[in-house]
Amino acid sequence: MDLEFSIEPVAECSLLIRFVNPVSATLSVQIGELASEIMGKFSGIVINVTPSYQTILVDYLPYRMDQDEIIPSLRGFITACYLSPECLEERVELPAYYHHSVGPELALYEHDGLTLQDVIRLHSEAVYTVCAIGFAPGFAFMTDVAEPLRKPRLKTPRLRVPAGSIAIAENQTAVYPAISPGGWNIIGNCPLKLFDPEQSPMIPFTIGSQVCFRPISREEFLDLGGECVFPTRNSAGHPIT
Amino acid sequence: MTPVNCFLQVIKLGQLTLIQDYGRYGFSPAGVTQSGPLDDYAYSWANHLLGNEANCAALEITLGQAEFVSPVDCMIAIAGADLAATIDEKALENWASHRLLKGQRLKFALARNGLRAYLAIRGGFQTGLQLGSASTTQRESLGGLHRDGSPLVAGDRLVFLPHILDKKSVRMTFRYKPDYNLPIRLRVIEGYQAGQFPESSLSSLYRQVFTVTQHINRMGYRLQGEPLPGPSQAMLSEGIALGAIQIPPDGQPIVLLNERQTIGGYPKIGCVARLDLPRLAQARPGQKVQFIRGELEELQLKWCQWARFFGY
Repeated sequence: MDLEFSIEPVAECSLLIRFVNPVSATLSVQIGELASEIMGKFSGIVINVTPSYQTILVDYLPYRMDQDEIIPSLRGFITACYLSPECLEERVELPAYYHHSVGPELALYEHDGLTLQDVIRLHSEAVYTVCAIGFAPGFAFMTDVAEPLRKPRLKTPRLRVPAGSIAIAENQTAVYPAISPGGWNIIGNCPLKLFDPEQSPMIPFTIGSQVCFRPISREEFLDLGGECVFPTRNSAGHPIT
Repeated sequence: MTPVNCFLQVIKLGQLTLIQDYGRYGFSPAGVTQSGPLDDYAYSWANHLLGNEANCAALEITLGQAEFVSPVDCMIAIAGADLAATIDEKALENWASHRLLKGQRLKFALARNGLRAYLAIRGGFQTGLQLGSASTTQRESLGGLHRDGSPLVAGDRLVFLPHILDKKSVRMTFRYKPDYNLPIRLRVIEGYQAGQFPESSLSSLYRQVFTVTQHINRMGYRLQGEPLPGPSQAMLSEGIALGAIQIPPDGQPIVLLNERQTIGGYPKIGCVARLDLPRLAQARPGQKVQFIRGELEELQLKWCQWARFFGY
């Protein structure tokens, strides 16, 4: 794919590369690769890259290479860079326990006429592409969620979403790597530790990674260290089904 | 011969004393934020006064009320907000290095001006690194003494390397000393979605006097003023540079700082000049802030001069 882009300074030490190409899985794969190539090629000058859907923010040291030199240098590098259109890395498979005890918004889908089996099938048969990582370490925004599963964010975000929560907002799905506030629709839980600063790599994906969810049983979920943290009984003691 | 145990013992601490070095770089692709000192000017001076490397771990003491003691003689430096620092009740000059002898009490009271002070030690605090940095990021559970993003507490021991003391204090020349009581004027490098804001919003940005709200922290500073209408179209999240001025739908500017999220989808009108962020980092709720249009080339040149001076 021919990349069309602009490079603009946004601060003393930051440039924003903006791609004109529409958002797509292929673009994400290429942005992911490019971000990594730029860090390598301009090592010592570029100190950070922040890839996202259609952009890469480049933080650099202008006293090592000034703006007038780095912009054409980057432009030439991106234009000449050979980037594969497909993700060469292995598909990432995330175990997913889909159940009311960890997915409170499953009730909303039920209300729409989708059974738990429908939700599981629709969510787990897709292969998603990571198009952005941010909001928190290891929080990967993935597309494209099947039409029947698309829902807007909650009107009132939760103050605390349990770690591992599998979530949907519009056409994107994500897993909350750690407990945090969150406004997405929660349908299940992934028991794996998605962000571990002591491990290399510290997260299992990068921009462009292909990800899928593998439905697992409650037993396997607990074996893998999963925890059911949403209440399963309401205040009257009746089970929340 | 056994080495002497060199550590600064924390006797008492205020709410927010964090270990910070210059920050964590290269991990944005994983969503890990840069962290580091909010006032990098004061942090850098504290290290510079001791002849330290630019990246040495120091303490960022916010609001104050801290007390330390060392079992051995050491050389420290303080810079930033005036926290009425004393050694054995004797007042210490700010923006200067000092001899802290064994058994003497180093105390910080409440800030008399500004908000954050930096305490550096010769050779830096030896606290271990996480993802290449000692910087503490609470919301990511990263860094700091316990490698979990937690602030320091009473009883903590901050190890340092044995070193030589200077006979006298090294002081910063007065012309470099900021006055935190002066009006805060922040130069703006226009960019990002600046072109999508109506001209009236831009002139309002430069004409108004904004007020620093209570909602300030290491992620950013929320300001309050006449709303600045901006582009209404939802946009895709993109990387956020340090100092970016974000204008959410309510039209109230937020200047994003060291613990900002790496990407975000609200419109941005530009970035505050790197040289002016230290002043904002010392602003307290209720203080007034004004924006001025800045000139990128000139600001880059000046920043590079300081970067070379401090040895980044």
